[in-house]
Amino acid sequence: MEKVRLPSISRDNHQEIQRLAKKAGMDLNKCYQCGKCSAGCPVGFAMDESPRRVIRLLQLGLLDEALKTHSIWLCATCDTCSTRCPNGIPVAVLMDTLRQEAKRRSIITEKNINLFNEIFLSNVKMFGRSPEVILSGLYNLRSGNLFQDADAGSHLFKTGKAHILPSRVKNTQAIKRIFAKCLEKGGQH
Amino acid sequence: MKYAYYPGCSLDATGVEFDTSNKLVAKKMGVDLVEIPDWNCCGASSAHAVNHMLALALPARNLAIAEAEGFDTVAIPCAACFARCKTTAAEAQSSPETKAEISDIIGMDYQANIEILSFLDVLGKKIGLDNIKAHVIKPLTGLKVASYYGCLLVRPPKIAQSDDPENPMVMDNIMAVLGADPVEWGYKTECCGASHVVPVPKIGQQMIHDILKNAQINGAQAIATACPLCMINLDMRQKQLNVQLGTNFNMPVFHFTELVALSFGYSPKEIGIHKHFVPAESLVEDALSTGARREGA
Amino acid sequence: MKRIGVFICHCGSNIAATVDCAKVAEAAKAFPGVFFSSDYKYMCSEPGQEFIKDSIKKYDLNAIVVASCTPRMHEHTFRKTLANGGLNPYMFEMTNLREQCSWVHSDIEKATDKAIDLVRMSVAKVAKNEELFSTTIPVHKKALVIGAGIAGMQAALDIADAGHKVVLVDREPTIGGKMPMLDKTFPTMDCSACISTPKMVEVAQHPNIELMAYSEVIEVNGFIGNFDVKIKTKAKYVDHVKCTGCGLCETKCPKKVPNEYDLGMGLRSCIYKPFPQAVPNKPVIDAQNCLKLTSGKCGVCARVCPTGAVRYDDTESFITDTFGAIVMATGYDLYKWEDVYGEYGYGKYPDVVTGLHFERMVNASGPTGGKIKRPSDGTTPKTVVFIKCVGSRDSAKAKSYCSRACCMYTAKHAHQFVDKTPEGNAYVFYMDVRTPGKAYDEFYESTLRDGAVYLRGRVSKIYQDGGKLIVKGEDSLIGKQVEVAADMVVLATAMVPSAGSRELAQAVGFLPDLNGWYQEAHPKLRPVETPTAGVFLAGTCQGPKDIPDSVAQAGAAAVKVCGLLSKSELETNPMTARTNTTVCSGCGICVSVCPYKAIQLQSITERDHHGHRITRNVASVNNGLCQGCGACTVTCRPGAIDLQGFKNDQILEEVDSLWT
Repeated sequence: MEKVRLPSISRDNHQEIQRLAKKAGMDLNKCYQCGKCSAGCPVGFAMDESPRRVIRLLQLGLLDEALKTHSIWLCATCDTCSTRCPNGIPVAVLMDTLRQEAKRRSIITEKNINLFNEIFLSNVKMFGRSPEVILSGLYNLRSGNLFQDADAGSHLFKTGKAHILPSRVKNTQAIKRIFAKCLEKGGQH
Repeated sequence: MKYAYYPGCSLDATGVEFDTSNKLVAKKMGVDLVEIPDWNCCGASSAHAVNHMLALALPARNLAIAEAEGFDTVAIPCAACFARCKTTAAEAQSSPETKAEISDIIGMDYQANIEILSFLDVLGKKIGLDNIKAHVIKPLTGLKVASYYGCLLVRPPKIAQSDDPENPMVMDNIMAVLGADPVEWGYKTECCGASHVVPVPKIGQQMIHDILKNAQINGAQAIATACPLCMINLDMRQKQLNVQLGTNFNMPVFHFTELVALSFGYSPKEIGIHKHFVPAESLVEDALSTGARREGA
Repeated sequence: MKRIGVFICHCGSNIAATVDCAKVAEAAKAFPGVFFSSDYKYMCSEPGQEFIKDSIKKYDLNAIVVASCTPRMHEHTFRKTLANGGLNPYMFEMTNLREQCSWVHSDIEKATDKAIDLVRMSVAKVAKNEELFSTTIPVHKKALVIGAGIAGMQAALDIADAGHKVVLVDREPTIGGKMPMLDKTFPTMDCSACISTPKMVEVAQHPNIELMAYSEVIEVNGFIGNFDVKIKTKAKYVDHVKCTGCGLCETKCPKKVPNEYDLGMGLRSCIYKPFPQAVPNKPVIDAQNCLKLTSGKCGVCARVCPTGAVRYDDTESFITDTFGAIVMATGYDLYKWEDVYGEYGYGKYPDVVTGLHFERMVNASGPTGGKIKRPSDGTTPKTVVFIKCVGSRDSAKAKSYCSRACCMYTAKHAHQFVDKTPEGNAYVFYMDVRTPGKAYDEFYESTLRDGAVYLRGRVSKIYQDGGKLIVKGEDSLIGKQVEVAADMVVLATAMVPSAGSRELAQAVGFLPDLNGWYQEAHPKLRPVETPTAGVFLAGTCQGPKDIPDSVAQAGAAAVKVCGLLSKSELETNPMTARTNTTVCSGCGICVSVCPYKAIQLQSITERDHHGHRITRNVASVNNGLCQGCGACTVTCRPGAIDLQGFKNDQILEEVDSLWT
């Protein structure tokens, strides 16, 4: 376990951490590490660092460690944490912000979750909508889990709940424009 | 009442029964649902995981179209679409700069003044329990149903502004006027994991399992949902769960409007109950016949 | 003619670091009327005051300006200095160069310029000062203590022991407050009732204390030394003189209702004493539920009473009395967590209770006979979870403050549970453990040695799973989620000001703070006084605290009261309003505007310009009541009423001086 050298590590990362905290709309100093967020997190059991610990890492200046956690990818944005936080801290928004930053720096700790998001969004960019069959099909292909959910597939097709041909938006130009402009402003896609 | 209708990407696919039952119920209640022309995907969880403005712009286009079409209100069945639209509206309303930026990105004038409702809002607040009760002709008597709200319909409370975030009661109350028996249970608002069950299946399955388990322990015969993703997680994944975790759940899962439609007299076939993964027809038959017996007697 | 002396204080570096005091003193020499001007390091010190007195003599000064800190600190000090130096103490003006200048600015040049202007204004004002003479008001040697919990009782006893008369009022049928409800008190584990009931009896028997239970203060007029108070005694429906307290009526009453004393966990009859050791040990009738009083039926209690003490025709009664001092000891209530914490069930789980419920349970004379039992099914819980900080340290949903006593009483509860339950498991979820008192930390340590497990983390949710309550928390020390399958959960809920305390404060004439606790005059140095002279504070009404602190504070308040009552009269503040009857038109607007009801219209007889005798009304100020707020001077259209010490003329001179 590596030592944390203060104040050097927090000085180095101070500006960047403050920028991210501001983007998330929160004041890191308000968190008094009570743990209520982590206690109620439904994905907490699977995280390497609880939401409280992710905030603690930032409070001490350990930005890289925070960006490398699986936690920020596993967060399901269910907002239980933010709703119950006694200091009104938007924890879920912070997780989102850190996830966006991690992706921007190509620190992808949960490859499959990232893959899923990428496929989802490229579908939306192409069709204007997210056709489920194409999403699972491409995901299975690119993740190497070729037969994932194959058991459910036949029932879906039989009951008409799956379509091979995607429904699409007519004005795909408008959608492409949205993606382009957002990329312009920074961030992926 | 005439509402814009924003079905979202799953309502013609895995959530088709939700779409069908919404429309059947709306028709009976004199609500005109008009699909937003050329609507696009709201971006769901993937957009906000990756880019903040993208996550606001995608839903905004739909709201701007609905506004341009002259609608005062948009009804949104999917909880993710509802949450994304509400978030976009809240951010645009609180910051003129953000509203302007969104309008610029979507190439349309977004006013951020259209009323945004979930289907729980539509039935609970707009139509009202008394109205629903008046149309019940086949009560679902004795059906012990756990009302599952999930996360995005009630949280964040300041954005959703729909029901109490810790103990919402709208669906429970609707179940009660349908003649069913809403069950007291502890997982009303616990997250089902949403799309996690695809990229990280073990984690998603555990989350789904915990919900089913708590419903079972508290005596539920069925679970009613108000989000198409929650529904397929609990329904479609039940068998997978049983295989992976060695459980033996056999708990039918319904979109809550399916139950409303059933009590309004529509047949299970019309609604699409046979399309569920966990067979639900015999449970439905039992509940309806108990109801019919009690009414008759 | 005025010969003004100006003294600029450095206040060490408080003022001198930002204001060039020597420069200000030099500039003041040129102001009109100034015959002496100097700076000095600490004006309030003995040599500083000597310096002023010497200068008065040496330069024949007759008006003084001291430019230093806030008048709230040392105006009184310097007025005494003037008096000792042979001048009328009101020939004095104080300039605030500290709180209003050096402490709020950083630019030395600008601050010095501002200081010079401020002193210029004071010099202009003091040039118009007149000698003022205070009068005296009598002090009624009787104290009123509102609230008869441990703090109120202690204050009453201390004042009474000092030889003064006390009226002790409490709105409940019994005195004692919350303390007799508790089982044992930390850290000694003394039986709470055993140490508080003797005080209750002492209070009831003390020759100097008049006890008024089941009574409320409804109106307070007047001022320090002379508070006119109206007290209402609620209808008891039992003649407490005839009643012997035998208790037969209670046993025969057919209607039982949930007992407030047991927080609804037990029952009482409608004619009742809250608990067996109640003082007065006589019952009252609960008029909302009594069958006879609501519907005319029953009447058993009257029939069985051996002394005929039951009075169904009783009514509330009122008395008015005058007091020299008032002590507020109105105590606390517990935060209504059920309204706000949906994650803990909004109160629908019967086995999720508060610390006070636990106290009643573990109390041998409580509803379960001292046995810890689950309210849902009466079984003995094996695993109990204690959650601290419910409703406190929560600025998002509840109170932001720390409720001070919960860490200790939770340690006590955990210890009691483990002690009474072989193989019982006690888990305490905490953020911190605050044990600042004597033997407090050792007490907490012994609870750990007993086997209570402390988990650092706030609980996110409690839900029911079959017969168990699942408590979802985190142990932040190992960083893992922790789930406890509990039989019972005890919430340490925040203390809040007791119901009706805000309205009572308004009636008495002072204000609560932002959280509703009674505001002390100075948080560090004047913890038992309020800004309203003559009104003192004792106990939790001033803020959450434990029993030792409440008793200590009560003693402190008592001493202040005794100090006040030891005088037969008090000097009044002479800076009161005065009417120029020649200009006064008798319109009476000032009468309605005065917040202290100090002005009345009085008729005077005089000769008009033609020599005719006429009678007309003019405003007349009661100097004892007037607090010198100046509201009347603002409303007076002809400018007939003026505030001595702050006359219109003086203020205008101050303003004009800035333009010379």
